[in-house]
Amino acid sequence: MPVESSRAELSVLVVDEDPVRASIIEAGLRDAGHSKVTIVNDTTGIARQIADIAPDVIVIDLENPNRDMLENVFQVSRAVRRPIALFVDRSDQASIEAAIDAGVSAYVVDGLRKERVKPILDMAVTRFHAYARLQQELETARSELEGRKTIERAKGILMQSKGISEEEAYARLRRSAMNQNRKLLDIAQSLITAAGLLDE
Amino acid sequence: MKTRITAGFIPLLDSAILVTAREKGFAADEDIDLNLVRETSWANIRDRMAVGHFEVAHMLAPMPIASNLGITPLELQIIAPFALGLGGNAVTVSNSLWQAMAEAGLERGLDPVSAGKALRKVIADRLALRQNRLVFAVVHPHSGHNLELRYWLAGCGIDPDRDIDIIIIPPTLMADALSTGRIDGYCVGEPWNSVAVANGVGDIVTTKASIWRSSPEKVLGVRADWAVDESEVLAKLIRALHAAAQWCADRENLEELASILADKSYLDLSPDIMMRAVEGNLSIGGDMSIQIEDFFVPFARAATFPWQSHALWFYSQMVRWGLVTHSQKNTEIARNAYRPDLYRNALMSIGAAIPGANSKVEGALPRENPVGVSAGRLTLGPDGFFDGKIFDPDRINEYIASQQNPSKIR
Repeated sequence: MPVESSRAELSVLVVDEDPVRASIIEAGLRDAGHSKVTIVNDTTGIARQIADIAPDVIVIDLENPNRDMLENVFQVSRAVRRPIALFVDRSDQASIEAAIDAGVSAYVVDGLRKERVKPILDMAVTRFHAYARLQQELETARSELEGRKTIERAKGILMQSKGISEEEAYARLRRSAMNQNRKLLDIAQSLITAAGLLDE
Repeated sequence: MKTRITAGFIPLLDSAILVTAREKGFAADEDIDLNLVRETSWANIRDRMAVGHFEVAHMLAPMPIASNLGITPLELQIIAPFALGLGGNAVTVSNSLWQAMAEAGLERGLDPVSAGKALRKVIADRLALRQNRLVFAVVHPHSGHNLELRYWLAGCGIDPDRDIDIIIIPPTLMADALSTGRIDGYCVGEPWNSVAVANGVGDIVTTKASIWRSSPEKVLGVRADWAVDESEVLAKLIRALHAAAQWCADRENLEELASILADKSYLDLSPDIMMRAVEGNLSIGGDMSIQIEDFFVPFARAATFPWQSHALWFYSQMVRWGLVTHSQKNTEIARNAYRPDLYRNALMSIGAAIPGANSKVEGALPRENPVGVSAGRLTLGPDGFFDGKIFDPDRINEYIASQQNPSKIR
């Protein structure tokens, strides 16, 4: 096993099919002072890249269906010093759990000191969580927008069929929601569905 | 109060027993709330089992062996107390490789000997023309696919390490990789062979059942510590899966089984494609369909019994291809990864027909054969290897020593 020079810079490979998340991880690594960072979005041909880059640490998202392929590359590319162990310390159950809960996993070459690699994994875990939160917020915003559009359409249908003002249409929808103990959005959706049926 | 068990699975035909246990109420009958989680890689299944997300999982039969031998990136003690059926795989090649094999004299069919002979000729011709090596794919190094593909190739005079390349691709991406020309062929479980044929990008040339009839493929992998802590729950799960396997084997149920598996929460494919797989009636290309005997056996012939001779055969092949070094200690680890004792304990009380032995000589039964069982009746076989060889687990050292790999094609 090669003796690790404590000052040699770690080479980090980030494998993530989501380019946005990959760049967030990359930024985090650069902020932490790592300059030897490679990002791979497409895992086709990764075997050769691993041989060229000779990474000390590989960070990969768990949703990537090519994890089995990647692990096999480590096993067959005996010529290069290759990452073999999953995570820094196989006995550090808490770190392993945190990573898997966050949806990320890391492979580390044998013999690397834990304190050099753990910050990389911790950073990846934090950023994966942050990214998931961001995605969720975007999803919420998107569905709120959809909801508003639905209510607008329901109001339009009422205004047209009853010849009433926008305020009056909205008041009717709200009254129905309160009387039936249902959400405004559900009432609007039912009205659109009903109107669609009547139009047929 | 039901006990919740979470099981990871990969979208494949042989997830059928787990899926049926949930969907047809067999798990609920045993007071188990069986939660199934579809996964994207076998590595995820292993890791999520390691951190306790899954208590049990659909696993490649050699996976518990490899894991207990410590040759995987994350060490985890896993046992296999139940097998998820026999067979279910096929070998598919690209249309152009099929064409080349046909020109080398191969006729449509599934005979492994003639397919291997044609493939060997194609490889020799390509070598003479200085063309690139053919690339085959399997889903995982520690898989029945990898080991049976290699067994077949080597038995046909093709060195799987030097005459071709073998790479890893997930089952769902196989047909795409074939159509883009990234690979020339693959060995995978159904329905991912039928998908390539249906899309007009591949031709099936042989099957697992033709390479080694009635051979093991997936198991129920169980965290070893959970199996000890929750032995009663595990016994209930084994009973539920046993009942589910019996349901899957009933021809009356095949159409329903195909439609359950085709659902978007499981394989998310057309029921028609799934029907080919569950019936073992495969379209192999060129408008030819073949009804394959014993293509996938979910229940008959002790198909769910975790034979330790199966574990040892996988181990012998892992040694053969350099995945692990042979020793008495490793042999015992491989044998003990499979737990027929737990199977027996769980099913004895319901009067199931259970083999009396933990191991059998593999490949020794040319036809169906009644065997000694605890209750009822049971027949085993036919179970032959395509090359007529026999694996006697009591003589594993000789078997390993006798495995001759072919010399490189020149």
